[in-house]
Amino acid sequence: MAQHSTAEARRPSGTQTRRLRSLAIVPAYNEEGSLAQVLAEIRSADPELEIVVINDHSTDSTAEIAGAAGVSVVHLPFNVGIGGAMQTGYQYARDHGFEVAIQIDGDGQHDAAELPALLDPISRDDADMSIGTRFAGVGAYKATPGRRMGMVLFSTVARMLVKLKITDPTSGFRAVNRRGIELFARDYPHDFPEVESNVLAARHGLRIVEVPVLMRERAAGRSSVTTIRGTYFVIRILLSLFISVFRRYPKTVEDR
Amino acid sequence: MIPLRVSIAAAIAAGLLLLVIVELIRSRRLQERYALLWLLTGAVLLFFALWRGALMKVSDLVGIQYPPSALFVMAAFFILLVLLHYSTVISELAAKNLALAQRLALLENRLREEALEQEPER
Repeated sequence: MAQHSTAEARRPSGTQTRRLRSLAIVPAYNEEGSLAQVLAEIRSADPELEIVVINDHSTDSTAEIAGAAGVSVVHLPFNVGIGGAMQTGYQYARDHGFEVAIQIDGDGQHDAAELPALLDPISRDDADMSIGTRFAGVGAYKATPGRRMGMVLFSTVARMLVKLKITDPTSGFRAVNRRGIELFARDYPHDFPEVESNVLAARHGLRIVEVPVLMRERAAGRSSVTTIRGTYFVIRILLSLFISVFRRYPKTVEDR
Repeated sequence: MIPLRVSIAAAIAAGLLLLVIVELIRSRRLQERYALLWLLTGAVLLFFALWRGALMKVSDLVGIQYPPSALFVMAAFFILLVLLHYSTVISELAAKNLALAQRLALLENRLREEALEQEPER
């Protein structure tokens, strides 16, 4: 009974290295095969990190697994897609006053052991957003040739459009501070959000850094991107990238 | 020259269209803001069906040999406009729908967590 409140007990305030209130956002759509392990890994990597699972109307037992893990779960009333689900997570972070939000896929391809590396630039206030990058010497991540081509293409286009230098623009392993949380809670791209949200963040003047991380193959389930549909995705992403440059954006977050 | 029968048929069709639109608005099955484009469509078609000289002039101006074709072109153009208008309406609805779903999910979550927090006190 009392345990519930002791877990929530506040740490002594006024300590020098105050830890920023951080939230891990785990979007999950039919991830029953990997979700339990992902959550356990986050817990063991960083026990103080709060976790919210955004269940994008899964049809398998994702909801039960998330509920049993004792984390906060937000159930969307119908499937809204990864962009809408992520945005829900950022809205949760905004509404609950979190200072840092980290997004970690529910499919297990992001290694929770890399969390400190990802969080470091944010907590030192060197960046507003840090992106976990697959290619930076760490590990032996092998992308399919098609995906690799897509990544190179996107990073080239993004670099040309907003002078944003990112080697792995399709990475969904990211951390943002309060500025990023407020931006993404209000405005987040829909279908293939990673690439476009980087451009969005850059256009709003967020400081972005890349952090080399180890990534794994998916623990279970299938990637939402298959080779045949890949070309179609590339065209859609390119289109949205170009549009994002000409788009009118709502007023910036509290404009520093 | 425009065959008289074409003009009569077009006028009747445009008049019927206008009547149906007005009736839909009157019975509140169509909101005015969505009906505006339709009303304009019907009015323009009726205008050119009745005033045959204007249709002749317009088709002459853009180089259409057979003036009744100009009526078709106008009708097609307005249909495109209406469809485009629908796309914007659907986009807006989809955005609102998403926002509602997100708000609902977050409120549900908050409600559940607050209920959980209060339980141990009992």
